[in-house]
Formats: sequence, C-alpha cells, structure tokens
Amino acid sequence: MSLRRREFLQLAGKLLILTPAAAAAWPRLVQGAAEAAATAGSTAPGAAGSAYDQAAHWWAMAIDIDKCIGCGNCVRSCKTENDVAVGPQYFRTWVERYHVPPDDPEHPEVDSPNGGLDGFPEKYRADDRAKSFFVPKLCNQCAHSPCVQVCPVGATFVSPDGVVLVDKSYCLGCRYCVQACPYGCRFIDPRKHVVDKCTLCYHRITRGLTTACCETCPTGARRLGDLKDPRDPIHEFLRGHKVTVLKPSMATGAKVFYAGLDGSVR
Amino acid sequence: MAALFVGGTLLFFGLSRLMVPPGYGEFGHYRAGALDDARQRPLVFADGNACGGCHDDIVTARQGSKHAQVRCQACHGALAAHAEDPSAQTPQLPDPVKLCVTCHTQLVGRPATFPQVDPADHSGGAPCRNCHNPHHPEPEGSS
Repeated sequence: MSLRRREFLQLAGKLLILTPAAAAAWPRLVQGAAEAAATAGSTAPGAAGSAYDQAAHWWAMAIDIDKCIGCGNCVRSCKTENDVAVGPQYFRTWVERYHVPPDDPEHPEVDSPNGGLDGFPEKYRADDRAKSFFVPKLCNQCAHSPCVQVCPVGATFVSPDGVVLVDKSYCLGCRYCVQACPYGCRFIDPRKHVVDKCTLCYHRITRGLTTACCETCPTGARRLGDLKDPRDPIHEFLRGHKVTVLKPSMATGAKVFYAGLDGSVR
Repeated sequence: MAALFVGGTLLFFGLSRLMVPPGYGEFGHYRAGALDDARQRPLVFADGNACGGCHDDIVTARQGSKHAQVRCQACHGALAAHAEDPSAQTPQLPDPVKLCVTCHTQLVGRPATFPQVDPADHSGGAPCRNCHNPHHPEPEGSS
C-alpha cells in the first residue's frame, strides 16, 4: 500500500480525533449496557423486592452486652432461618460465656458449649468474685475485610450495602478466608465444601425485615441498623452508649458495635 | 505484525467475553448476580410485625407487661409459612417445661437486673403457668 503524503496526513488527522472520542465514549457504552442488565435482572420474575436500592443502605448491628442473657435463641433461629449445617463447629452466630478473674483480666475463661445452641449449664458460683457475662458473636461485616482481600477467585465481597457475602457458585473451598478472618466467623460447609458465613440475613434485610437473630432476641440485645438511614434508632444507640468493635487494632472496619464490652473479650 | 496485533486483541476480547461471568465488575471484583442469589432464600421466620394483624387480642394482653417487647417468634418459633397462609402451618404451643427456664434460670453470667430463679426452689416443680401468664407474666395481671 502506497500512501501519498496528503492522504496520510488526512488519515492520521481523522484517527487523532476519533481515537480519543472512542476512548471517552467506551466506558459510558459499557456502563450503559451493565445498567440495562442490572435493571433487567432486578425486575425479572423471582427477584425479591425490586424496590430495594443497595446504594441507599449501609448495614450494621449493635449489641448490648448488658442485655444478653445467654438463652441461645439467636443461635437456634439462625440455624433454622439459614439452614446452617448441624454440628458443634458450624455457626453463623454463636454466644460465648466469659468468666474473668478480677485480678487477671488477660486470662478469661471462655466457653461456648455447642455455640450456646442449648443454652448454658451453670458452672460457676456466684461468690467466686469473678466477673461473668455473655458475648454474642457473628460476622462483623467489615468494611475493609481481610477475608475479602485474600479470596483468590473473587467469591467473597462486600456488597454495595455493606454486607460481606459469598458467591457460592465461585467459592473453591480453599479456606484462605477461614484463616484470614480475625473473628473466626467462617467455616467450610460440610455438605457443599464451600465456605459459609453470616449473611446478615441478606434475604430478610433486603425485604425490609430484621435478621432472624434480632427477630428472636427476647431482650433486644441485638439490633440491626442502617447507618445510611438518619432516622434509624442505631444512631441514637451509638450516641448514647460507649461502644467498640472487636479487635479494633486490626482496622477491619467492623460494623458490629458492642456496648458494654469488657476489655478481656477477644 | 499488524495482523498478529489485531488477532491477539480479538482473541483477548473473545476469551474474556467467554470466561468472565455476566455482571462481573459491575459493583466490584465479583459477580453481581451473587447479590440476587443471596436474596433468593425463602423466609423461615416471618415478619414479626405481621402477627398483630390477626392476633390483636394477644397484643392487647401483652400491653404493659414485662413481656410486651418480646417478639412473638422468640417463643413460638419460625412461622413464616403461617403468616403467609394460616392454614399452611399450625403453630405448636411452646413446650412449657423448656420455655420459661430457657431465659429465667439462674445463671451467674446473666445480668443481675434480669429476673432469674432457681426453678426447683422457686415453684417446687409446679408449672410456671400456675402463677404466671406467659403473655403477661406479672402475677397480679395473670388470670
């Protein structure tokens, strides 16, 4: 192919204008296609509650230690609601009992018989001078979650509304995330050999309901909260209580806030 | 050279189209459809606010009692099917032997302000219902 000088300059000029224009238009075109797909997906039959706007929520939970009575209702209802595997090592939420000697707060005695599923048998005496209390635990729905960072296949992620979820069709069951979670909130489902964890009852909260554990907590020790909703009572709770998260030094951006948490809790 | 470049580009886009799942990257480094998968689960526990729609007599009975704020399904169990269609699921009465003691048995770890008893000492083995109405447990208010 032989180009004359004039033709070459004309072609080069056209390319010079068209290439940046195409580059600028390309992301918008792709985005438009994705938006169209998302709209089609959410209005498809079977999609639960198409009115739910993920960008308008940022879910969290507040737990009042002074209200937890260790009844195990949350553990039982979680297993029922989410079909969690049966067994003493498979829990999306569980309750721990702390027994802290007054002179040695760094070495608390912790037990959680069957995760608190059957309640707690008494094993302490009221006059042994130690401090004793219950701590409900669940996935802390971290905004900067270590488990998400280590997943090699993009099977676990923080949803746009702040819930750490698992794409079970992509999970390899490699257990990286189980080790990465500083709170021990993940386990391998023995039936499917993929990871399982608390979803903050994503199927419930996206329908405007509270989680199963909050629904059945008899003392209101747990409350689901939407940090993006200025009218949500969780703001009043967080303002009115001294709260902390578990292992704040790990900077995971945990969103399960504990009021009345003792420093001995790990 | 140009043909190799064009061919390689086409191959890259062709393969990534085949191998990247739909919706991947829409919100982040994951499949957007996984969000819908998580939402598809059926309810087992009903919306706790639905109970009062039919059982307003119980709501009235609970008013002013210490149990007024206890959610129905905390004692009565998962009743989503019942809330959807009352004839589809008949709620079972909670086991009276286990029900009260689950929360009210004395435990060192329980908050001191929470009412707790040693069941054997408190009632001598008599059923709780003899003195306490579960919906309004204060003895004065019980029938």
